[in-house]
Amino acid sequence: MTGSENKTADRAVGSVGSAIGHVRDQIRQPLWLLAELTYSCPLQCPYCSNPMDFAKVKNELTTEEWINVFKQAREMGATQLGLSGGEPLTRPDLVELIKAARDLGFYTNLITSGVGMDAAKVAEFKAAGLDHIQVSFQASSEDLNNLIAGTDAFKHKIEMAKAVKANDYPMVLCFVTHRQNIDQVDEILDLCIELEADYVELATTQYYGWAMHNRDQLMPMKDQLVRAEATAHRYQEEQKGNMKIYYVVPDYYEERPKACMNGWGNIFLTITPDGTALPCHAARQLPDMALPNVKEFTIDEIWNGSDDFNKFRGFDWMTEPCRSCDEKEKDFGGCRCQAYMLTGDATNTDPVCSKSPHHHLITEAIDAGRAEAAKPVVEQKPLVFRNPKNSKKISAR
Amino acid sequence: MSERVFNDDTVPMLAQGYRFQWEPAQNCNVLLYPEGMIKLNGGAGEILKLISEKQQTVAEHITELKAAFNGADLADDVYRFLDEAYDHDWLRK
Repeated sequence: MTGSENKTADRAVGSVGSAIGHVRDQIRQPLWLLAELTYSCPLQCPYCSNPMDFAKVKNELTTEEWINVFKQAREMGATQLGLSGGEPLTRPDLVELIKAARDLGFYTNLITSGVGMDAAKVAEFKAAGLDHIQVSFQASSEDLNNLIAGTDAFKHKIEMAKAVKANDYPMVLCFVTHRQNIDQVDEILDLCIELEADYVELATTQYYGWAMHNRDQLMPMKDQLVRAEATAHRYQEEQKGNMKIYYVVPDYYEERPKACMNGWGNIFLTITPDGTALPCHAARQLPDMALPNVKEFTIDEIWNGSDDFNKFRGFDWMTEPCRSCDEKEKDFGGCRCQAYMLTGDATNTDPVCSKSPHHHLITEAIDAGRAEAAKPVVEQKPLVFRNPKNSKKISAR
Repeated sequence: MSERVFNDDTVPMLAQGYRFQWEPAQNCNVLLYPEGMIKLNGGAGEILKLISEKQQTVAEHITELKAAFNGADLADDVYRFLDEAYDHDWLRK
Protein backbone atom coordinates (compact mmCIF):
# COMPACT_ATOMS: atom_id res chain seq x y z
CA MET A 1 0.00 0.00 0.00
CA THR A 2 2.34 2.73 1.16
CA GLY A 3 6.05 3.33 0.69
CA SER A 4 6.83 2.77 4.34
CA GLU A 5 5.39 -0.71 4.19
CA ASN A 6 7.67 -1.63 1.33
CA LYS A 7 10.64 -0.38 3.29
CA THR A 8 9.80 -2.47 6.29
CA ALA A 9 9.33 -5.50 4.07
CA ASP A 10 12.91 -4.98 2.82
CA ARG A 11 14.22 -5.05 6.33
CA ALA A 12 12.53 -8.36 6.91
CA VAL A 13 14.42 -9.84 3.97
CA GLY A 14 17.76 -8.81 5.42
CA SER A 15 16.97 -10.21 8.83
CA VAL A 16 15.86 -13.50 7.35
CA GLY A 17 19.29 -14.01 5.82
CA SER A 18 21.25 -13.09 8.91
CA ALA A 19 19.27 -14.75 11.65
CA ILE A 20 18.46 -18.07 10.07
CA GLY A 21 20.87 -20.92 10.72
CA HIS A 22 22.65 -19.91 13.88
CA VAL A 23 19.74 -19.36 16.21
CA ARG A 24 17.08 -21.66 14.84
CA ASP A 25 18.15 -24.64 16.96
CA GLN A 26 17.11 -22.69 20.05
CA ILE A 27 13.75 -21.62 18.66
CA ARG A 28 10.71 -23.73 19.41
CA GLN A 29 8.63 -24.36 16.34
CA PRO A 30 4.96 -23.31 16.17
CA LEU A 31 2.28 -25.60 17.61
CA TRP A 32 -0.73 -23.33 17.09
CA LEU A 33 -1.83 -21.68 13.89
CA LEU A 34 -4.61 -19.13 14.16
CA ALA A 35 -5.99 -18.49 10.69
CA GLU A 36 -8.04 -15.30 10.65
CA LEU A 37 -9.73 -16.18 7.40
CA THR A 38 -11.61 -12.91 6.94
CA TYR A 39 -12.55 -9.66 8.64
CA SER A 40 -16.09 -9.93 7.29
CA CYS A 41 -18.57 -10.36 10.09
CA PRO A 42 -22.32 -9.95 10.35
CA LEU A 43 -21.90 -8.75 13.94
CA GLN A 44 -20.58 -5.47 15.31
CA CYS A 45 -19.34 -6.43 18.77
CA PRO A 46 -17.81 -3.42 20.53
CA TYR A 47 -15.42 -5.79 22.38
CA CYS A 48 -13.89 -7.25 19.21
CA SER A 49 -10.10 -7.68 19.28
CA ASN A 50 -9.76 -7.09 15.53
CA PRO A 51 -7.70 -3.99 14.62
CA MET A 52 -9.61 -0.70 14.42
CA ASP A 53 -8.50 -0.21 10.80
CA PHE A 54 -9.70 -3.61 9.56
CA ALA A 55 -11.72 -1.94 6.78
CA LYS A 56 -8.42 -1.01 5.09
CA VAL A 57 -7.52 -4.65 4.62
CA LYS A 58 -8.23 -5.80 1.09
CA ASN A 59 -7.06 -8.90 -0.73
CA GLU A 60 -7.89 -11.81 1.51
CA LEU A 61 -5.72 -14.83 0.88
CA THR A 62 -7.15 -17.20 -1.72
CA THR A 63 -8.09 -20.81 -1.03
CA GLU A 64 -4.79 -22.00 -2.50
CA GLU A 65 -2.79 -19.48 -0.46
CA TRP A 66 -4.46 -20.59 2.77
CA ILE A 67 -3.86 -24.25 2.01
CA ASN A 68 -0.22 -23.44 1.31
CA VAL A 69 -0.04 -21.72 4.74
CA PHE A 70 -1.56 -24.80 6.38
CA LYS A 71 0.95 -27.07 4.63
CA GLN A 72 3.96 -25.07 5.71
CA ALA A 73 2.85 -24.69 9.34
CA ARG A 74 1.99 -28.36 9.54
CA GLU A 75 5.41 -29.36 8.21
CA MET A 76 6.98 -27.26 10.97
CA GLY A 77 5.00 -29.26 13.54
CA ALA A 78 1.86 -27.19 14.18
CA THR A 79 -0.99 -29.46 15.30
CA GLN A 80 -3.74 -27.05 16.30
CA LEU A 81 -5.50 -24.90 13.76
CA GLY A 82 -7.97 -22.20 14.76
CA LEU A 83 -10.27 -21.07 11.95
CA SER A 84 -11.38 -17.65 13.02
CA GLY A 85 -12.04 -14.14 11.76
CA GLY A 86 -14.17 -11.99 11.52
CA GLU A 87 -16.76 -14.66 11.02
CA PRO A 88 -15.17 -17.67 9.24
CA LEU A 89 -18.61 -18.84 8.04
CA THR A 90 -18.59 -15.95 5.57
CA ARG A 91 -15.76 -17.64 3.60
CA PRO A 92 -17.49 -19.63 0.84
CA ASP A 93 -14.51 -22.04 0.73
CA LEU A 94 -14.64 -22.91 4.44
CA VAL A 95 -15.52 -26.58 3.87
CA GLU A 96 -12.67 -26.93 1.40
CA LEU A 97 -10.24 -25.31 3.85
CA ILE A 98 -11.39 -27.58 6.69
CA LYS A 99 -10.93 -30.66 4.54
CA ALA A 100 -7.44 -29.63 3.40
CA ALA A 101 -6.34 -28.85 6.96
CA ARG A 102 -7.76 -32.08 8.34
CA ASP A 103 -6.13 -34.14 5.58
CA LEU A 104 -2.81 -32.58 6.57
CA GLY A 105 -3.33 -33.86 10.13
CA PHE A 106 -4.39 -30.64 11.85
CA TYR A 107 -6.76 -30.70 14.77
CA THR A 108 -9.26 -28.25 13.34
CA ASN A 109 -11.09 -25.79 15.61
CA LEU A 110 -13.84 -23.58 14.19
CA ILE A 111 -14.33 -20.40 16.21
CA THR A 112 -17.66 -18.90 15.21
CA SER A 113 -20.53 -16.74 16.38
CA GLY A 114 -22.88 -19.34 14.92
CA VAL A 115 -24.56 -16.67 12.82
CA GLY A 116 -25.05 -18.25 9.41
CA MET A 117 -24.69 -21.78 10.74
CA ASP A 118 -27.40 -24.39 10.22
CA ALA A 119 -27.78 -28.16 10.56
CA ALA A 120 -26.75 -28.81 6.94
CA LYS A 121 -23.54 -26.80 7.34
CA VAL A 122 -22.60 -28.55 10.56
CA ALA A 123 -23.06 -31.90 8.82
CA GLU A 124 -20.87 -30.70 5.94
CA PHE A 125 -18.14 -29.63 8.38
CA LYS A 126 -18.33 -33.01 10.05
CA ALA A 127 -17.94 -34.80 6.73
CA ALA A 128 -14.95 -32.57 5.92
CA GLY A 129 -13.34 -33.70 9.17
CA LEU A 130 -13.82 -30.67 11.42
CA ASP A 131 -12.78 -31.67 14.97
CA HIS A 132 -14.29 -28.99 17.15
CA ILE A 133 -16.73 -26.10 17.10
CA GLN A 134 -16.61 -23.26 19.59
CA VAL A 135 -19.60 -20.95 19.50
CA SER A 136 -19.04 -17.47 20.86
CA PHE A 137 -22.23 -15.77 21.91
CA GLN A 138 -22.52 -12.07 21.35
CA ALA A 139 -24.26 -11.56 24.65
CA SER A 140 -24.90 -7.91 25.11
CA SER A 141 -27.57 -7.59 27.76
CA GLU A 142 -30.15 -6.72 25.12
CA ASP A 143 -29.30 -9.73 22.93
CA LEU A 144 -29.35 -11.87 26.00
CA ASN A 145 -32.74 -10.62 27.05
CA ASN A 146 -34.05 -11.29 23.56
CA LEU A 147 -32.59 -14.77 23.64
CA ILE A 148 -34.05 -15.59 27.00
CA ALA A 149 -37.38 -14.08 26.03
CA GLY A 150 -37.61 -16.64 23.25
CA THR A 151 -37.19 -14.84 19.94
CA ASP A 152 -36.45 -16.37 16.57
CA ALA A 153 -32.77 -15.90 17.32
CA PHE A 154 -33.17 -18.08 20.36
CA LYS A 155 -34.92 -20.80 18.37
CA HIS A 156 -32.08 -20.64 15.89
CA LYS A 157 -29.49 -21.06 18.65
CA ILE A 158 -31.35 -24.08 20.01
CA GLU A 159 -31.50 -25.66 16.57
CA MET A 160 -27.85 -24.98 15.96
CA ALA A 161 -26.93 -26.45 19.33
CA LYS A 162 -28.93 -29.57 18.48
CA ALA A 163 -27.15 -29.86 15.12
CA VAL A 164 -23.77 -29.55 16.82
CA LYS A 165 -24.67 -32.35 19.24
CA ALA A 166 -26.28 -34.54 16.59
CA ASN A 167 -22.94 -34.53 14.77
CA ASP A 168 -21.18 -35.79 17.90
CA TYR A 169 -19.42 -32.53 18.70
CA PRO A 170 -19.21 -31.35 22.26
CA MET A 171 -21.17 -28.11 22.71
CA VAL A 172 -18.56 -25.50 23.57
CA LEU A 173 -19.88 -22.02 24.31
CA CYS A 174 -17.90 -18.88 24.96
CA PHE A 175 -19.35 -15.72 26.40
CA VAL A 176 -17.38 -12.51 26.48
CA THR A 177 -18.40 -10.61 29.59
CA HIS A 178 -18.13 -6.91 30.38
CA ARG A 179 -19.74 -4.34 32.63
CA GLN A 180 -22.98 -4.30 30.67
CA ASN A 181 -23.69 -8.05 30.80
CA ILE A 182 -21.64 -9.47 33.66
CA ASP A 183 -24.53 -9.07 36.12
CA GLN A 184 -26.38 -11.65 34.04
CA VAL A 185 -23.99 -14.55 34.53
CA ASP A 186 -26.80 -16.62 36.03
CA GLU A 187 -29.02 -15.98 32.98
CA ILE A 188 -26.09 -16.81 30.70
CA LEU A 189 -25.47 -20.09 32.51
CA ASP A 190 -29.18 -20.99 32.54
CA LEU A 191 -29.14 -20.48 28.78
CA CYS A 192 -26.10 -22.80 28.55
CA ILE A 193 -27.94 -25.47 30.52
CA GLU A 194 -30.91 -25.14 28.20
CA LEU A 195 -28.59 -25.50 25.19
CA GLU A 196 -27.06 -28.59 26.87
CA ALA A 197 -23.58 -27.14 26.68
CA ASP A 198 -20.70 -29.42 27.64
CA TYR A 199 -18.18 -26.63 28.17
CA VAL A 200 -18.75 -22.97 28.91
CA GLU A 201 -16.10 -20.32 29.00
CA LEU A 202 -16.87 -17.04 30.70
CA ALA A 203 -14.11 -14.77 29.54
CA THR A 204 -13.86 -11.16 30.56
CA THR A 205 -13.16 -8.73 27.74
CA GLN A 206 -9.48 -8.19 27.04
CA TYR A 207 -8.67 -4.66 26.00
CA TYR A 208 -7.31 -4.79 22.47
CA GLY A 209 -8.62 -3.30 19.24
CA TRP A 210 -12.24 -2.20 19.58
CA ALA A 211 -12.45 -3.24 23.20
CA MET A 212 -9.58 -0.86 24.08
CA HIS A 213 -11.44 1.95 22.35
CA ASN A 214 -14.53 1.14 24.43
CA ARG A 215 -12.68 0.36 27.65
CA ASP A 216 -14.42 2.92 29.87
CA GLN A 217 -17.80 1.55 28.86
CA LEU A 218 -16.83 -2.14 29.19
CA MET A 219 -14.70 -2.22 32.33
CA PRO A 220 -16.45 -4.29 35.00
CA MET A 221 -16.51 -3.12 38.59
CA LYS A 222 -14.92 -5.09 41.41
CA ASP A 223 -18.23 -5.84 43.13
CA GLN A 224 -19.66 -7.11 39.83
CA LEU A 225 -16.72 -9.49 39.48
CA VAL A 226 -17.07 -10.77 43.01
CA ARG A 227 -20.75 -11.54 42.38
CA ALA A 228 -20.09 -13.07 38.95
CA GLU A 229 -17.36 -15.31 40.31
CA ALA A 230 -19.54 -16.48 43.19
CA THR A 231 -22.36 -17.26 40.74
CA ALA A 232 -19.98 -19.13 38.40
CA HIS A 233 -18.68 -21.20 41.33
CA ARG A 234 -22.20 -22.04 42.45
CA TYR A 235 -23.07 -23.29 38.96
CA GLN A 236 -19.76 -25.16 38.77
CA GLU A 237 -20.78 -27.13 41.86
CA GLU A 238 -24.34 -27.74 40.66
CA GLN A 239 -23.27 -28.79 37.16
CA LYS A 240 -20.40 -31.06 38.19
CA GLY A 241 -20.11 -34.01 35.77
CA ASN A 242 -22.59 -32.32 33.45
CA MET A 243 -21.29 -29.01 32.19
CA LYS A 244 -17.77 -27.71 32.74
CA ILE A 245 -17.57 -23.99 33.42
CA TYR A 246 -14.35 -22.06 33.01
CA TYR A 247 -14.28 -18.65 34.60
CA VAL A 248 -11.40 -16.48 33.47
CA VAL A 249 -10.42 -13.70 35.85
CA PRO A 250 -9.75 -10.41 34.03
CA ASP A 251 -6.09 -9.45 34.12
CA TYR A 252 -6.78 -5.83 35.10
CA TYR A 253 -7.83 -7.14 38.50
CA GLU A 254 -4.79 -9.39 38.92
CA GLU A 255 -1.45 -8.71 40.63
CA ARG A 256 0.61 -10.57 38.03
CA PRO A 257 0.30 -10.45 34.24
CA LYS A 258 -0.87 -13.32 32.05
CA ALA A 259 1.79 -15.44 30.30
CA CYS A 260 0.67 -13.89 27.04
CA MET A 261 0.78 -16.28 24.05
CA ASN A 262 2.91 -18.56 26.25
CA GLY A 263 5.83 -16.36 25.28
CA TRP A 264 6.41 -14.33 22.14
CA GLY A 265 7.13 -16.42 19.04
CA ASN A 266 7.06 -19.55 21.20
CA ILE A 267 4.06 -21.63 20.12
CA PHE A 268 1.52 -19.25 18.51
CA LEU A 269 1.40 -18.07 14.93
CA THR A 270 -1.40 -15.83 13.66
CA ILE A 271 -2.01 -15.25 9.97
CA THR A 272 -4.35 -12.33 9.27
CA PRO A 273 -6.85 -12.25 6.36
CA ASP A 274 -4.33 -10.55 4.03
CA GLY A 275 -1.49 -12.98 4.88
CA THR A 276 0.40 -10.91 7.45
CA ALA A 277 2.14 -13.14 9.99
CA LEU A 278 1.92 -12.05 13.62
CA PRO A 279 3.17 -13.54 16.89
CA CYS A 280 -0.26 -12.71 18.33
CA HIS A 281 -3.47 -11.37 16.86
CA ALA A 282 -3.01 -7.91 18.40
CA ALA A 283 0.65 -7.38 17.45
CA ARG A 284 -0.04 -5.42 14.27
CA GLN A 285 -0.35 -2.24 16.35
CA LEU A 286 3.18 -2.43 17.79
CA PRO A 287 5.71 0.10 16.44
CA ASP A 288 8.54 -0.88 14.08
CA MET A 289 6.95 -4.12 13.02
CA ALA A 290 8.10 -5.37 9.61
CA LEU A 291 4.81 -7.27 9.22
CA PRO A 292 6.13 -10.00 6.92
CA ASN A 293 3.52 -11.53 4.63
CA VAL A 294 3.16 -15.17 3.59
CA LYS A 295 2.81 -13.98 0.00
CA GLU A 296 6.49 -12.90 0.12
CA PHE A 297 8.17 -15.23 2.64
CA THR A 298 7.91 -18.82 3.74
CA ILE A 299 6.56 -19.41 7.23
CA ASP A 300 9.90 -20.95 8.18
CA GLU A 301 11.65 -17.71 7.19
CA ILE A 302 9.13 -15.62 9.10
CA TRP A 303 9.01 -17.76 12.26
CA ASN A 304 12.72 -18.38 12.57
CA GLY A 305 14.30 -15.44 10.81
CA SER A 306 12.12 -12.33 10.94
CA ASP A 307 12.82 -9.40 13.24
CA ASP A 308 9.17 -9.44 14.32
CA PHE A 309 9.21 -12.97 15.67
CA ASN A 310 12.64 -12.61 17.32
CA LYS A 311 11.92 -9.23 18.88
CA PHE A 312 10.73 -10.48 22.28
CA ARG A 313 12.05 -14.05 22.33
CA GLY A 314 14.04 -15.06 25.38
CA PHE A 315 14.73 -12.51 28.13
CA ASP A 316 17.41 -10.16 26.76
CA TRP A 317 14.90 -7.56 25.54
CA MET A 318 13.44 -7.08 29.02
CA THR A 319 13.66 -3.94 31.10
CA GLU A 320 13.35 -3.71 34.88
CA PRO A 321 11.58 -4.89 36.95
CA CYS A 322 11.19 -7.96 34.65
CA ARG A 323 14.87 -8.37 33.86
CA SER A 324 15.90 -9.30 37.41
CA CYS A 325 12.53 -10.81 38.39
CA ASP A 326 12.45 -14.46 39.44
CA GLU A 327 8.98 -14.88 37.91
CA LYS A 328 9.97 -13.86 34.38
CA GLU A 329 10.06 -17.45 33.13
CA LYS A 330 6.51 -17.91 34.39
CA ASP A 331 4.80 -14.92 32.73
CA PHE A 332 7.42 -13.66 30.21
CA GLY A 333 6.73 -10.11 31.44
CA GLY A 334 3.08 -10.30 30.39
CA CYS A 335 1.65 -8.87 27.20
CA ARG A 336 3.80 -6.77 24.84
CA CYS A 337 0.77 -5.12 23.24
CA GLN A 338 -0.65 -4.12 26.61
CA ALA A 339 2.73 -2.74 27.70
CA TYR A 340 2.90 -0.68 24.49
CA MET A 341 -0.71 0.52 24.52
CA LEU A 342 -0.53 1.68 28.11
CA THR A 343 3.10 2.81 28.61
CA GLY A 344 4.18 3.62 25.05
CA ASP A 345 7.12 1.17 25.24
CA ALA A 346 6.62 -2.49 24.28
CA THR A 347 9.70 -3.59 26.27
CA ASN A 348 8.21 -2.41 29.56
CA THR A 349 6.71 -4.73 32.12
CA ASP A 350 3.00 -5.31 31.52
CA PRO A 351 1.42 -2.71 33.85
CA VAL A 352 -0.94 -5.38 35.20
CA CYS A 353 2.02 -6.48 37.34
CA SER A 354 1.95 -4.80 40.74
CA LYS A 355 5.77 -4.55 40.53
CA SER A 356 5.48 -2.33 37.44
CA PRO A 357 6.13 1.39 38.01
CA HIS A 358 3.21 1.90 35.62
CA HIS A 359 0.72 -0.20 37.58
CA HIS A 360 -1.20 2.98 38.45
CA LEU A 361 -2.33 3.07 34.79
CA ILE A 362 -4.38 -0.06 35.46
CA THR A 363 -5.97 1.24 38.62
CA GLU A 364 -6.67 4.54 36.87
CA ALA A 365 -8.37 2.69 34.01
CA ILE A 366 -10.57 0.90 36.52
CA ASP A 367 -11.35 4.26 38.17
CA ALA A 368 -12.19 5.77 34.77
CA GLY A 369 -14.61 2.91 34.14
CA ARG A 370 -16.22 3.47 37.53
CA ALA A 371 -16.54 7.21 36.87
CA GLU A 372 -18.14 6.50 33.50
CA ALA A 373 -20.58 4.03 35.05
CA ALA A 374 -21.55 6.58 37.70
CA LYS A 375 -22.62 9.16 35.12
CA PRO A 376 -26.29 9.56 34.26
CA VAL A 377 -27.09 7.38 31.26
CA VAL A 378 -27.57 10.36 28.92
CA GLU A 379 -24.05 11.61 29.65
CA GLN A 380 -22.33 8.23 29.18
CA LYS A 381 -20.10 7.71 26.16
CA PRO A 382 -21.84 5.51 23.62
CA LEU A 383 -20.22 2.20 22.70
CA VAL A 384 -18.46 2.35 19.35
CA PHE A 385 -19.51 -0.68 17.35
CA ARG A 386 -17.11 -2.67 15.18
CA ASN A 387 -18.26 -2.05 11.62
CA PRO A 388 -16.60 -0.90 8.39
CA LYS A 389 -18.06 2.61 8.70
CA ASN A 390 -16.58 3.21 12.15
CA SER A 391 -13.34 1.53 11.09
CA LYS A 392 -12.88 3.95 8.20
CA LYS A 393 -13.84 6.92 10.32
CA ILE A 394 -11.48 6.09 13.16
CA SER A 395 -8.49 5.03 11.09
CA ALA A 396 -8.76 8.18 8.94
CA ARG A 397 -8.09 10.36 12.00
CA MET B 1 -7.11 -48.11 45.35
CA SER B 2 -10.70 -47.39 44.46
CA GLU B 3 -12.75 -49.63 42.22
CA ARG B 4 -11.61 -49.96 38.62
CA VAL B 5 -13.51 -48.15 35.92
CA PHE B 6 -12.86 -50.78 33.24
CA ASN B 7 -13.12 -54.57 33.34
CA ASP B 8 -12.33 -57.30 30.82
CA ASP B 9 -15.65 -56.81 28.99
CA THR B 10 -15.76 -53.02 28.67
CA VAL B 11 -14.98 -51.42 25.33
CA PRO B 12 -12.87 -48.31 25.87
CA MET B 13 -13.17 -45.49 23.37
CA LEU B 14 -11.44 -42.15 23.00
CA ALA B 15 -13.47 -39.40 24.63
CA GLN B 16 -15.55 -37.10 22.44
CA GLY B 17 -13.32 -34.66 20.58
CA TYR B 18 -10.09 -36.60 21.21
CA ARG B 19 -7.92 -37.78 18.34
CA PHE B 20 -4.89 -40.03 18.35
CA GLN B 21 -2.07 -39.61 15.87
CA TRP B 22 1.65 -40.02 15.28
CA GLU B 23 3.46 -36.67 15.17
CA PRO B 24 6.68 -36.77 13.17
CA ALA B 25 7.71 -33.29 14.40
CA GLN B 26 7.39 -34.41 18.04
CA ASN B 27 8.68 -37.90 17.28
CA CYS B 28 5.99 -39.42 19.45
CA ASN B 29 2.34 -40.41 19.56
CA VAL B 30 -0.01 -37.67 20.69
CA LEU B 31 -3.62 -37.16 21.72
CA LEU B 32 -5.16 -34.05 20.22
CA TYR B 33 -8.19 -32.40 21.78
CA PRO B 34 -9.86 -28.98 21.55
CA GLU B 35 -7.04 -26.46 21.63
CA GLY B 36 -4.51 -28.86 23.17
CA MET B 37 -2.15 -31.80 22.78
CA ILE B 38 -0.85 -34.53 25.07
CA LYS B 39 2.46 -36.16 24.22
CA LEU B 40 2.30 -39.87 25.00
CA ASN B 41 5.15 -42.07 26.22
CA GLY B 42 5.79 -45.44 24.58
CA GLY B 43 3.39 -47.65 26.54
CA ALA B 44 0.57 -45.11 26.68
CA GLY B 45 0.99 -44.55 22.95
CA GLU B 46 0.70 -48.27 22.15
CA ILE B 47 -2.46 -48.72 24.21
CA LEU B 48 -4.22 -45.62 22.86
CA LYS B 49 -3.20 -46.47 19.30
CA LEU B 50 -4.97 -49.81 19.64
CA ILE B 51 -8.04 -48.21 21.25
CA SER B 52 -8.26 -45.61 18.48
CA GLU B 53 -7.99 -48.28 15.77
CA LYS B 54 -10.16 -51.09 17.15
CA GLN B 55 -13.43 -51.17 19.01
CA GLN B 56 -12.86 -54.20 21.20
CA THR B 57 -12.95 -55.24 24.84
CA VAL B 58 -10.15 -54.59 27.30
CA ALA B 59 -9.44 -58.36 27.38
CA GLU B 60 -8.97 -58.37 23.61
CA HIS B 61 -6.69 -55.33 23.79
CA ILE B 62 -4.58 -57.05 26.44
CA THR B 63 -4.29 -60.24 24.37
CA GLU B 64 -3.11 -58.24 21.40
CA LEU B 65 -0.63 -56.18 23.39
CA LYS B 66 0.73 -59.36 25.02
CA ALA B 67 1.36 -60.88 21.61
CA ALA B 68 3.08 -57.71 20.44
CA PHE B 69 5.34 -57.58 23.51
CA ASN B 70 6.57 -61.20 23.64
CA GLY B 71 3.95 -62.48 26.01
CA ALA B 72 4.78 -60.03 28.80
CA ASP B 73 2.24 -59.96 31.62
CA LEU B 74 1.04 -56.39 31.23
CA ALA B 75 -2.62 -56.65 32.30
CA ASP B 76 -2.09 -54.69 35.52
CA ASP B 77 -0.20 -51.96 33.69
CA VAL B 78 -2.94 -51.67 31.09
CA TYR B 79 -5.66 -51.38 33.74
CA ARG B 80 -3.65 -48.82 35.70
CA PHE B 81 -3.20 -46.74 32.55
CA LEU B 82 -6.88 -47.03 31.53
CA ASP B 83 -8.00 -45.77 34.93
CA GLU B 84 -5.57 -42.89 34.74
CA ALA B 85 -6.63 -42.01 31.21
CA TYR B 86 -10.33 -42.11 32.21
CA ASP B 87 -9.51 -39.86 35.14
CA HIS B 88 -7.98 -37.36 32.71
CA ASP B 89 -11.14 -37.53 30.53
CA TRP B 90 -9.21 -39.05 27.61
CA LEU B 91 -11.43 -42.14 27.46
CA ARG B 92 -15.09 -43.03 27.66
CA LYS B 93 -16.78 -46.41 28.09
